Amino acid sequence: MEASPASQPARALDSRRRQRDRVGDVAFRWLTGAAAAGSVCLIGLIVYKVVDGARPALSRFGLSFLWHQSWDAVTNRFGALDFVVGTVYTTGFALFVAGPVAIAIGLYLSELAPRAVRRVVGPLVEMLAAIPSVVLGLWGILVLGPVVHDQLGPWLNGALGWLPFFASRPISGSTMLTAVIVLAIMITPITAAISRDLFSQVPRDLKEGALGLGLTRWEMVRGVMLPYTRGGLIAAVLLGAGRAVGEAIAVTQVIGTTAHLTADLFQTGDTLASRIAAQYQGAVSTLQVGSLFYLGVILLAMSLVANVAAQAIVRRYQVERRA
Amino acid sequence: MEDSARPPTLRAQGRTRRRLAVNRAAEGGATLAALVAVGVLGVVVVSVLLRGLPALNLDLLTKNQPFFGETGGGIANALVGTPIIVAIATAMALPAGVLVAVYVSEFATERVSRVVRLALDVLNGVPSIVVGIFVYGLVVVGHGQSGLAASLALAIIMLPLVSRSTMEVLALVPHSLREASLALGVSRWRTVLSVVLPTVRGGILTGATLAVARAAGETAPILFTSSIFLNSVVADPTQALPNLPYKIFFYSEAPDKTLNDQAWAAAFILMAFVLVASLAARALLARSERKLTHR
Repeated sequence: MEASPASQPARALDSRRRQRDRVGDVAFRWLTGAAAAGSVCLIGLIVYKVVDGARPALSRFGLSFLWHQSWDAVTNRFGALDFVVGTVYTTGFALFVAGPVAIAIGLYLSELAPRAVRRVVGPLVEMLAAIPSVVLGLWGILVLGPVVHDQLGPWLNGALGWLPFFASRPISGSTMLTAVIVLAIMITPITAAISRDLFSQVPRDLKEGALGLGLTRWEMVRGVMLPYTRGGLIAAVLLGAGRAVGEAIAVTQVIGTTAHLTADLFQTGDTLASRIAAQYQGAVSTLQVGSLFYLGVILLAMSLVANVAAQAIVRRYQVERRA
Repeated sequence: MEDSARPPTLRAQGRTRRRLAVNRAAEGGATLAALVAVGVLGVVVVSVLLRGLPALNLDLLTKNQPFFGETGGGIANALVGTPIIVAIATAMALPAGVLVAVYVSEFATERVSRVVRLALDVLNGVPSIVVGIFVYGLVVVGHGQSGLAASLALAIIMLPLVSRSTMEVLALVPHSLREASLALGVSRWRTVLSVVLPTVRGGILTGATLAVARAAGETAPILFTSSIFLNSVVADPTQALPNLPYKIFFYSEAPDKTLNDQAWAAAFILMAFVLVASLAARALLARSERKLTHR
């Protein structure tokens, strides 16, 4: 009889607390869920807004924008061909240079380097990825540019001038080759870090089996490790490509931002991203702004394709491994 | 039987010798590649040091851009603007990123979590210049450039970084910890807030630090959101804020030695911050992972 007055408020307190917990749980779940949903919607919003901004150019030029070549604010005729080709060309060359180097770095770090070296060199390579692109661009324009103009250009032109890529001597340090080198420096750490992780996942017994059969280390790499990690390596290179395609600032600084269709790496060039960056204050007409957004749409599509393809490859590859 | 005619030797011959030579060449190539990468990093860092350090002085830190043709002056306004922009961006991206990660690791079904993860990866792959024109179209067209617009753009870049790294550390929290808390009658949300999240504070901080380091150096989103500013110290984020990355970008193309030098000095400051932040993040991560796995 004595207990009941005391337990009455206790029970009330208890049920109030339970209710608060339930409300808190539901509210918390909704809050986090809303954040998650928001991040998914954000992508849709980005795509919508960029396409929306491109509308003036879309309705004026339609798809012909893609293969039209001029960028003329006077006649109001805009096209993306130069920039699409420039993007693909510089990215392709950067991958050609950086891909093998990056995979070799991954092999060195996972197979050859002594433990102490590994612990120092691995983070150093990743540091390379942390350098802000504007600093790399500054270096490209003031240090690398003169080297390309004075030494590398004349030398390559003299030795390999019969190749279309090195057909002329650079008239300044701002060339497509400078951009290719800067992009290669940006891609390398990304691809190297991923390939190192891939190589370290190759099962030990496979590697030891190969070595036990008397293969040399290189034969083991070629016969066992590369086939085992092929999918992942392709994805690693694709992720590097996504980075190179989207890089605006450093490329704008070093490429010269004048486009013409040429295979010659010592000419100036331009890419989608660098054209957008270069025109940030220069766009005057609605149509020109719309055309910049149109370039953004193309750029977004290209980098999304590269990224999603890379993800898909990685995922398929993980599923295969698990099975 | 032919072989036995020769004197026995341990030295590789013929085919084996070629195989070993190829092997040595391949190993040499891989080592060389690593050396080249480290060498390039060294060259970039050393040239920023060599050109940035001499240009560092008190004027640089306390004065603003000199008038055309004058020497001296500095980047004081950028040194004020960049921390403000990045701080606001962090204030937006950090809570949002952690909430997304908590949803994915605590509440979502397998399928939903895969969708959110994919979305974050895609967001991470959106070129920063596109984020720039997106915010330009969303905010700047109607309201003009502002520090807030720049912060929003940077926050979009930081979100996937914060969120993915938080997810990774949340996955390391042992289930027994959550279950122990729930068994004591603690509600789900209190378990997350006062048991799970404090355990991974170090990991979340690491991700946030890396994201800050990345955002501080991003230039492409700034071009469209905070590039037309006064030549004075501005601390009001509703106006366009002067900032380091844009100064470096603009000064690097200026045909003026004084401004080039200031670009190097600004690059030195920015790079020192970014490298120190990523080193700190690395140390922090090592510590918090050790703590989590040796529990």
